[in-house]
Amino acid sequence: MTTFRRQGRGRPRQEKTVRFSFDGKEYAGVEGDTLASALLANGVHLVGRSFKYHRPRGILSAGSEEANALVAFDRGPGRVTLNVRATTLDLYEGLTARSQNYWPSLKFDITEINDKFSALFPAGFYNKTFMWPKSFWDWVYEPFIRRAAGLGPAPSEPDPDHYTSAYDHCEVLIVGAGPAGIAAALAASESSARVIIADEQAEFGGSLLSMPEAAIDGAPAWQWLESGLETLRSRDNVTLLPRTTVFGYYHDNFLGLAQSLTDHMSEPDPKEPRECLHKVRAAKVILATGAIERPLVFADNDLPGIMLASSAQTYLNRYGVAVGDNAAIFTTHDSAYIAAFDLSDANIRIAAIIDARATVDTRLIEEAKKRGIEVRAESVVTGAVGRFRVKRIRVNRVLASGVSAPEMIDCDTLLVCGGWTPSVHLWSHSKGTLKWKSELGAYVPDRPNENVICVGACNGEFGLKRALETGASAGGGAARLLEVKEDCGWSGEVFGALPTDRNETRIKAFVDFQNDVTAKDIKLAVREGFKSIEHVKRYTTAGMATDQGKTSNLNGLQIASNALARPVEQVGLTTFRPPYTPTTFGVLAGAQSGDTFDVTRKTPIDPWAVSAGAVFEPVSLWRRARYFPQTGEDMYAAVARECKATRESLGIFDATTLGKVEVVGPDASEFMNRMYTNPWAKLGVGRCRYGLMLREDGYIMDDGVVGRLANDRFHVTTTTGGAPRVLSMMEDYLQTEWPDLDVWLTSITEQWAVIALNGPNARKLIEPFVDGIDLSQEAFPHMAAREGRICGIETRLFRVSFSGELGFEINVPAHYGLTIWRKLYEAGREFNITPYGTETMHVLRAEKGFIIVGQDTDGTVTPDDAGMSWAIGNKKLDFVGKRSLERPDIVANGRKQLVGLLTADPNFVLEEGAQIVASPGQAIPMKMVGHVTSSYWSETLGRSIAMALVKDGRSLEGESIYVPMPGATIEAKVGSTVFYDPEGERLNVI
Amino acid sequence: MRYSALSLFANALSGHKKWPEQWPDAAPKPSYDVVIVGAGGHGLGAAYYLAKKYGVTNVAVIEKAWLGGGNTGRNTTIIRSNYLYDESARLYDHAVDLWDGLSQELNYNVMFSKRGVLMLAHNVHDVQSFQRHIHANRLNGVDNQWLTAQQAKAYCPPLDISPTARFPVLGGALQKRAGVARHDSVAWGYARAAAALGVDIIQNCAVTGIRRGADGSVEGVDTERGFIAAKKIGVSAAGNSSVIMEMAGLKFPLESYPLQALVSEPIKPVFPCVVMSNSVHAYISQSDKGELVIGAGTDQYVSYSQRGALHIIEHTLAAICEIFPIFKRMRMLRSWGGVVDVTPDRSCILGKTPVPGLYVNCGWGTGGFKATPGAADLLAYTIAKDEPHAINAPFTLERFTRGRLIDEAAAAAVAH
Amino acid sequence: MILIRCPYCDEQRPEVEFVYAGEAHISRPQNPNLLSDDEWAEYLFIRKNARGVHYERWVHAHGCARYFNAARNTVTDKILMTYKTGEPKPSVEEIAEAAK
Repeated sequence: MTTFRRQGRGRPRQEKTVRFSFDGKEYAGVEGDTLASALLANGVHLVGRSFKYHRPRGILSAGSEEANALVAFDRGPGRVTLNVRATTLDLYEGLTARSQNYWPSLKFDITEINDKFSALFPAGFYNKTFMWPKSFWDWVYEPFIRRAAGLGPAPSEPDPDHYTSAYDHCEVLIVGAGPAGIAAALAASESSARVIIADEQAEFGGSLLSMPEAAIDGAPAWQWLESGLETLRSRDNVTLLPRTTVFGYYHDNFLGLAQSLTDHMSEPDPKEPRECLHKVRAAKVILATGAIERPLVFADNDLPGIMLASSAQTYLNRYGVAVGDNAAIFTTHDSAYIAAFDLSDANIRIAAIIDARATVDTRLIEEAKKRGIEVRAESVVTGAVGRFRVKRIRVNRVLASGVSAPEMIDCDTLLVCGGWTPSVHLWSHSKGTLKWKSELGAYVPDRPNENVICVGACNGEFGLKRALETGASAGGGAARLLEVKEDCGWSGEVFGALPTDRNETRIKAFVDFQNDVTAKDIKLAVREGFKSIEHVKRYTTAGMATDQGKTSNLNGLQIASNALARPVEQVGLTTFRPPYTPTTFGVLAGAQSGDTFDVTRKTPIDPWAVSAGAVFEPVSLWRRARYFPQTGEDMYAAVARECKATRESLGIFDATTLGKVEVVGPDASEFMNRMYTNPWAKLGVGRCRYGLMLREDGYIMDDGVVGRLANDRFHVTTTTGGAPRVLSMMEDYLQTEWPDLDVWLTSITEQWAVIALNGPNARKLIEPFVDGIDLSQEAFPHMAAREGRICGIETRLFRVSFSGELGFEINVPAHYGLTIWRKLYEAGREFNITPYGTETMHVLRAEKGFIIVGQDTDGTVTPDDAGMSWAIGNKKLDFVGKRSLERPDIVANGRKQLVGLLTADPNFVLEEGAQIVASPGQAIPMKMVGHVTSSYWSETLGRSIAMALVKDGRSLEGESIYVPMPGATIEAKVGSTVFYDPEGERLNVI
Repeated sequence: MRYSALSLFANALSGHKKWPEQWPDAAPKPSYDVVIVGAGGHGLGAAYYLAKKYGVTNVAVIEKAWLGGGNTGRNTTIIRSNYLYDESARLYDHAVDLWDGLSQELNYNVMFSKRGVLMLAHNVHDVQSFQRHIHANRLNGVDNQWLTAQQAKAYCPPLDISPTARFPVLGGALQKRAGVARHDSVAWGYARAAAALGVDIIQNCAVTGIRRGADGSVEGVDTERGFIAAKKIGVSAAGNSSVIMEMAGLKFPLESYPLQALVSEPIKPVFPCVVMSNSVHAYISQSDKGELVIGAGTDQYVSYSQRGALHIIEHTLAAICEIFPIFKRMRMLRSWGGVVDVTPDRSCILGKTPVPGLYVNCGWGTGGFKATPGAADLLAYTIAKDEPHAINAPFTLERFTRGRLIDEAAAAAVAH
Repeated sequence: MILIRCPYCDEQRPEVEFVYAGEAHISRPQNPNLLSDDEWAEYLFIRKNARGVHYERWVHAHGCARYFNAARNTVTDKILMTYKTGEPKPSVEEIAEAAK
């Protein structure tokens, strides 16, 4: 097999052979390779197909800016990662990857026909067609477009890997571990400051890794790098994060870092997380993110074998891989000459250096001459020829008007350099401003918006010396002048589209390789009136591919600027958006997955419910037992049995999830007066009252029973879901509106487990266990509250009922909840004690016409609408929501009022949410007058019952309304919401 | 030039050199009959309908930046009309009626794709609420149907309906006629069609003031490019509505919040519809380009920064991975923020204002895109007739004083 | 995620510890019954929604649980200063001074 591996070149390393597979074929690489370098070492240049035209594509770069070499990285079922840049994929034994976006094969891709008909697919073509016949859009055109679009194949299995995250804090965060970043880290970590330095690559060193010849202070640069890294590793205050991409820069120096932990391992421990999200808050950020080399825009500049010049240099100097045998160079910048010299020195033939500039530094020409390299100044490449690899290029001299006749030059590789673009992405995320620097042909950082500084190439300060100096100085180091030997020139010119003798409409000169956007697409956009660069971007999709235009933005901007005849700085720049490179959903989700996606609140009695076979339902963050089915029962059968047992003897219910707030202080009753609609001043100690709370806009917000335990102490209960809202609203008013009130609020929801006993035998069950409370009807009437002991444990005992039966709510300290529940349950066997869940609770309360806030009310219901004007303390001058109840449309007729409904057919149970009309048989749209809020089968009554909000409902008592359902219209009679024991006699069972 | 497959073919032969400008970049004239502030889909659409349906062609749309650059180009493009209240259902259904056929109307393919919107129910309360919507929609003639968890899975195969999930899927409400469209094309299509009818589209022209005469009625707008006289001004400025209304001395019940969205890398078709889950705060579809388009929740504070926080994105993607575990290894390609103007009842304000000659269309919160053609048409009607259409008549500013709110969010615990 | 200094804890903490509580310096009227419907609606619903310096309330929900006020720039999202409930609304100059 031909190998392009060059002995004696590349970073010093153990030459350990690594086997890998690409498109099903086995290859050998070397440990430390990327997939791209290993493929190039095997002479493989064709690695994929482009998005729109399915053109053969190769490897453009050696870094995360890669636009062409996207592969599917396959680690087995559920572990396929799509669109991975081969240039960033670290090689390991057994790595498997596939090329993407073709059918049936990479070399024979039928969809390449798009390229032949590309004249029909210019930018924005889909806006102009696919409109007739109209119906074709849904079932012909769009499915066709969708199938044609997309890059990698869709995933089909859940990702078995897991991810983690961490909050990190530091004085200095350094992004990028090239020479500038390392110099900054060395300087910043001399004090005790916590320093984090992160780099997206496996190996620290950045551009230095491609510069074996450079010297710093007389020693080889690689030696400086090694000792610098040694120093950093030895410092406790320094954290080095390799394979870590700083993907986003958010408010107040908060940055997101994604660290790859296992993708480079041959056999990762499946227990270890695949990636880690570091959320870093830094006092200061130093951006040392370098610069990205720009390609040149000419016909067929996307052929495999055409590569960025510095990348070829990297493959040679860092990985020891020659990218070809016969390379031509096409440049507008000095730096490509150095690449040419390096390749030449490694015995790679240099066919020619073609330089579009009129004048070239004579020293470079001298150096070229020394190596026998022909330099063609003031010349351009106007085309490249080859099927899957460049074979020859078309070169023309630039004349005063146009270009000369072309000449063909053979080569198997063309290295291009159109200058350098500082990587200002993160700077822009942080909302720092940019300024156009025409001598660089690039935007560079201007005014910061955070405590951040850009150093080295990302600040437009090119060259090793400036990188080291600006890095060290940003890190707080003394301004020591380093002696740096580097051989790179940093002068260049910027061209947009290059001159050509060819018919522009017949050629494709790519700007954005990944989205197949050509120079003529951009010109078309401008011609069609898209004059803002954001419009050009959106119309052509330039810069919107997975590389977010890292290599294309500036070329696109230059071409748009030329077409608009406006200077670049007036055309503007598109906004850079996080993430810097594509970031895994999983790592952003972090540990919020499966059982830990969100907390599940469980009561102390939950384990008993589990063992009793309860079926649960989620209610806000709680899980509550919904019903306790016995063998063969469905929910309806279980609920019917639970209801019956409770009404006939005794039911036990876990009411712990009810919110509980203790309102304490000399002004507690005044505070309650202001927060709730009800009057509280005269409520006696040891008594309870149903409390209704409104929002300030007058609508019902929450309700619950409130017990007065002492003159200055209220035990307030709320709905299960409403507890946090209620407490925070109380705190808000207390702290900000009525700070003069001497009141303390404490959430006691978790403090107390609550066991509700309902049924005629409730008193009989608890009597033997209760100490210190006289349970007799006279001493402890309905709506009374007492403190005492049950089973020897302190209790707040409430005689309340949400079922209409004799009822007690036993509050005990939460950690005794389960014990006491068990004890009562055992003792209750003689009364056929029956555990019931939320569903039975709902039926029992509906039979009594008690509302559930959030079900029978919906945020648009006033107390009067709900038939609860009785809960309003009419003598009170003010309470939260009172004024709103007097607004014109609140007091107007025609409001929806809560009523009871009995269906004409007693066996028919209405659907909750079903809509109500006054007269049947209307055409659509019907005039709706209300809806069913609660509806159940009542085993007790032997028929269905329902509650509904109906327009002027209370005036319709005894009249029929209609519920049009699919297939049938149901008739029902309006009546009272109290279906069972209207006199409340069952509360007073002795 | 009329767009068609034929004209595309003909232009291909001439190298696409002959396509005219889709709309001219107009300079402001001294006066217009109507000035619309804000060149998003709503504003451009209003100008189009003014010219097309109501014969008012001396119209300018002025925009502080570039057209379609606000929420029109920043949203997740969900279009649906399965709202609970009659008022909302009529409003959004009017919009969906116009969406259907908009490409042909404008001669510009806005890629309205009726692929169905599925809203997931994760608890008993959701089920009750969705059933209420479905029944109300059925009687209002708006399509919306209940799917069981299994039916939902069949409709959207990537969905995880495991009953042991933290938020299990109990079913969902599906509106088949709902879908998505290509957001930029909507703005461009309206701009091109409006310009063809004589409307001036003036970009990079921020409004700095609204002038009122002695009788209080409007006389025109001051802009960065000078005064522009107009007896009628329509404001359609989304997140910046409060700022513009204040120029006319009006205080509005609005707050502006950041709202983020994101896309994944493009993949082959995998997601056939739109799915929304309000309990876990996530909504998702797949664009024609292949990207998964995902909407996040709002940040908690008032902001005009068009920039949101990372923890919102973290939560959104956790929710997506929870409901669609096969997407966990996918990657976020791009995220961005918009500014949404929210009213106390989460419904829009669309109609006249207390200032004669000043009309407003704002407060769409997170749901403005879906209303685009409807809101545009109704704003145009209201401006042309100086009175609201029956459909937008309930969406007054006055409802907040009288207490007749149209509170979809409260009624359903559902975000738009 | 912005940073917020709680004036009670006197510590700068990340936003996730806090809950936003709307515009500040809107006092609940002493006697709402005396207000017209318009005045009451204004109290309930009308907000400045300022573009620029915005006075707003936060509660240190996962800290001391106290409500406090902040002046924040709604264009940059930066908190310019925070102060305790009941303290007077700072002037733009005072805010600029504090933001240094």
